Amino acid sequence: MCDQTFLAITFGPCDSCSENRPLMNLYIKTEPINYCSLCMEIMACQGLASGETLKSLKAESETLRKKLEEERKKLHDVELEKVAEKAEALGELNMKTRRTLKGHGNKVLCMDWCKDKRRIVSSSQEHAVTMPTTWVMACAYAPSGCAIACGGLDNKCSVYPLSLDKDENLAAKKKSVAMHTNYLSGCTFTNSDMQILTSSGDGTSALWDVESGQLLQSFHGHSADVLTLDLAPSETGNTFVSGGSDKKANVWDLRSGQNVQSFDTHDSDINCVKYYPSGDAFASASDDSTCRLFDLRADREVSIYSKDSIMFGAASVDFSLSGRLLFAGYNDYTINVWDVLKGTRVAILFGHENRVSSLRVSPDGTAFCSGSWDNTLRVRQEGRGVGRELKQGGTTLYG
Amino acid sequence: MARDMSDIDILKMELEQLKKEVSTPREPVSKTSKDTMDWCEAASGTDLLITGVPDDKNPYKPEKGGCIIT
Repeated sequence: MCDQTFLAITFGPCDSCSENRPLMNLYIKTEPINYCSLCMEIMACQGLASGETLKSLKAESETLRKKLEEERKKLHDVELEKVAEKAEALGELNMKTRRTLKGHGNKVLCMDWCKDKRRIVSSSQEHAVTMPTTWVMACAYAPSGCAIACGGLDNKCSVYPLSLDKDENLAAKKKSVAMHTNYLSGCTFTNSDMQILTSSGDGTSALWDVESGQLLQSFHGHSADVLTLDLAPSETGNTFVSGGSDKKANVWDLRSGQNVQSFDTHDSDINCVKYYPSGDAFASASDDSTCRLFDLRADREVSIYSKDSIMFGAASVDFSLSGRLLFAGYNDYTINVWDVLKGTRVAILFGHENRVSSLRVSPDGTAFCSGSWDNTLRVRQEGRGVGRELKQGGTTLYG
Repeated sequence: MARDMSDIDILKMELEQLKKEVSTPREPVSKTSKDTMDWCEAASGTDLLITGVPDDKNPYKPEKGGCIIT
């Protein structure tokens, strides 16, 4: 006896022509559409306007790109380095490691400072807050310091309220906020504990309400994984920048969901983006072993921080409080410190025994912390004006 | 999502984006660079990673367990 398959035909009003006809059940990008067969044929033909092919679209794209380049070139009347010749040179830097945090049993993937400047949250392949996933790729502290958000290969971003009670089971209070269709690469709270902005390997970024888990806005525009995002400093407005595997960095308007500016000068994946403290520029770190500065008002790249001797990808960047120094962590285990204005390297910092995966300057600018695949986090600061360096570091957890 | 989009859709998306961007208002680099530099110089006095942190304000100050004998 053979199995019989029954096809149930729905009969009803077509979504397009409103006539009662047998309907074709179609799904367009997961949205169910009920059209009759005639309307469906018409719709399929409208997809492509006459003469539109892959080739013609590419050609039009090329022409527009050239025009964009020309417009940008017109305003490129001077190099940042030239303007910066007037700036005072930086003295020699003397960065010292003040703490080495060895609490993780595995690679440190990302970290964030609490606004109280005393605490750090970091995530790794295994983690202190038990989660049903092996790689936690993004983590962030809430502005109030009362919660953290993290996520990774579980495709979600979850918020955990923090408690001083060591016995409390933090995992039980977890709240899943964001749901993507691929891994979570980055997350950050907006200026309150109520909203989270996430970026994902599914090519989108999204804004979520923490309380209800509702999607407030989504941002489409990258043609590959979005690897990083950064929110504009609160004084300058409602935008954020994202970087992706498509080598592009895009600037978005939080409210409208529009992509307002786009930069594609990198030669490889952009691993990290960070706003300049004034909000008028941002820096990026890429697998092409360069970091670059993009000026938002001039709408172009204005500086490249690179050396022939640096051959490994840069994974993470952050600015010092004044924006004069750019700290960048690389896959060759080093941290390079760049003079943002003059474009020169002012220091190389050694110490990590594996890739530097994440790097952040503390909110008050007194120190910066770097997390590495060597399972440690190192907190460093400028040693000038301080007495002799004596034994430092230790195994204190998140002091 | 980007992964599910066909090449044509991705191209169309990029084209739409380019059309918008061509008409974005822009300022000359000479002006914006100068502004960036001015902002930076104004803030550099308080940048503790450049000037260093005085001991009394330093949360990470190293323990002074020894002394200098000359």
